Amino acid sequence: MKLQEVQEILEADVIVGEEKLDMEIKTAFGADLMSDVLALAKAGSLLLTGLTNTQVIRIANVLDIAAIILVRGKKPSAEAIALAKELHIPILATKFILFETAGRLYSKGIVGCLEKVESGSVLN
Amino acid sequence: MNIATIAKELNLEIRSAKDRLKNIVTGGYTGDLLSDVMANSQAGDIWITRQVHQNIVAIATLKEHAGIILVNSCEPAKETLERAIKENVPIMVSNLSAFELTGKIYFLLTAAK
Amino acid sequence: MAVYSTENILEKHSFDIEGGNFNNAGTVSTRIKSILKKIQLPDDVVRTSAIACYEAEINIVSYAKKGVISLTVSPDKVTIEANDEGPGIQNIELAMQQGYSTANQQIREMGFGAGMGLYNIKNYSDIFDISSEVNKGTFLKIIINSA
Repeated sequence: MKLQEVQEILEADVIVGEEKLDMEIKTAFGADLMSDVLALAKAGSLLLTGLTNTQVIRIANVLDIAAIILVRGKKPSAEAIALAKELHIPILATKFILFETAGRLYSKGIVGCLEKVESGSVLN
Repeated sequence: MNIATIAKELNLEIRSAKDRLKNIVTGGYTGDLLSDVMANSQAGDIWITRQVHQNIVAIATLKEHAGIILVNSCEPAKETLERAIKENVPIMVSNLSAFELTGKIYFLLTAAK
Repeated sequence: MAVYSTENILEKHSFDIEGGNFNNAGTVSTRIKSILKKIQLPDDVVRTSAIACYEAEINIVSYAKKGVISLTVSPDKVTIEANDEGPGIQNIELAMQQGYSTANQQIREMGFGAGMGLYNIKNYSDIFDISSEVNKGTFLKIIINSA
């Protein structure tokens, strides 16, 4: 689905990236621990998180994340917004908690970018 | 909807409190930042997380969660398991990612309404 | 048959990092990523190098007084060296274990400190070397094959 539809499903505000709403999205990864994101999230995926600092933007850049979805009503810091604009990473913000956000997206066909994790292995 | 049904539908491995599988699940909470879970989760939630240290048992007890599911095939730490057994908190393990597991549980809970 | 000379360096860069400066943390990794992308290395090599560099950079910012990350690109590999001045690591074997962390509350509130950094770096590297001296600093050498 397009990022525009993600915005509608999550009743989200577009903080950065109005011009990127026709981007195609198929997968998502949800986490608040950045090391998991670094180890497991795949390029082209959505990142669902409640963390709002500039490091989330840096990580999204390093991992080629398609767009960041901030959950539970969080809003990014001014520095994070500036950095996201500079690095061309869309940020959407939804009031829904991560459980609801992931639930809604999953029910509309978005899948986990990493479906199963073999026990003991960090990378696929 | 209780823990037993969710565990069965999603092939979860149960690590503790097998006699509490009838705990009713009224909602879900997915999160790894303990301060956030403490502030925002509700009683009756099934808590989906990858945090494995023993604080998760304290939080689940305090917030009266129905149970905890560890994702990404994370196993509870030794002290965590001991504490969960002692406090009768169900801990289950899934090899799915948080997003996938949340999606499936959301579906089950919504369908049950 | 092409023989790669060990002196055949395509790119060499060095970046200073200030310990404790979380505002700037990650700028080196972003920079390294764009350098590697510009010279058209395969996508997965660019990504892996950037991620490993990021983890190393965050470690320096989180725990050291200051450090230097240097990038060397040869025809067949990317080498990232992270050298810091700081407390060093008491027990390297322990530090390499998943979940072992010495992070403080500030670091955890930012979503770090899960104790996966060194473990992740090793997983991403084709060759990984680590050495440390308590009260002096830590040295990481990360090699990612590109050919």
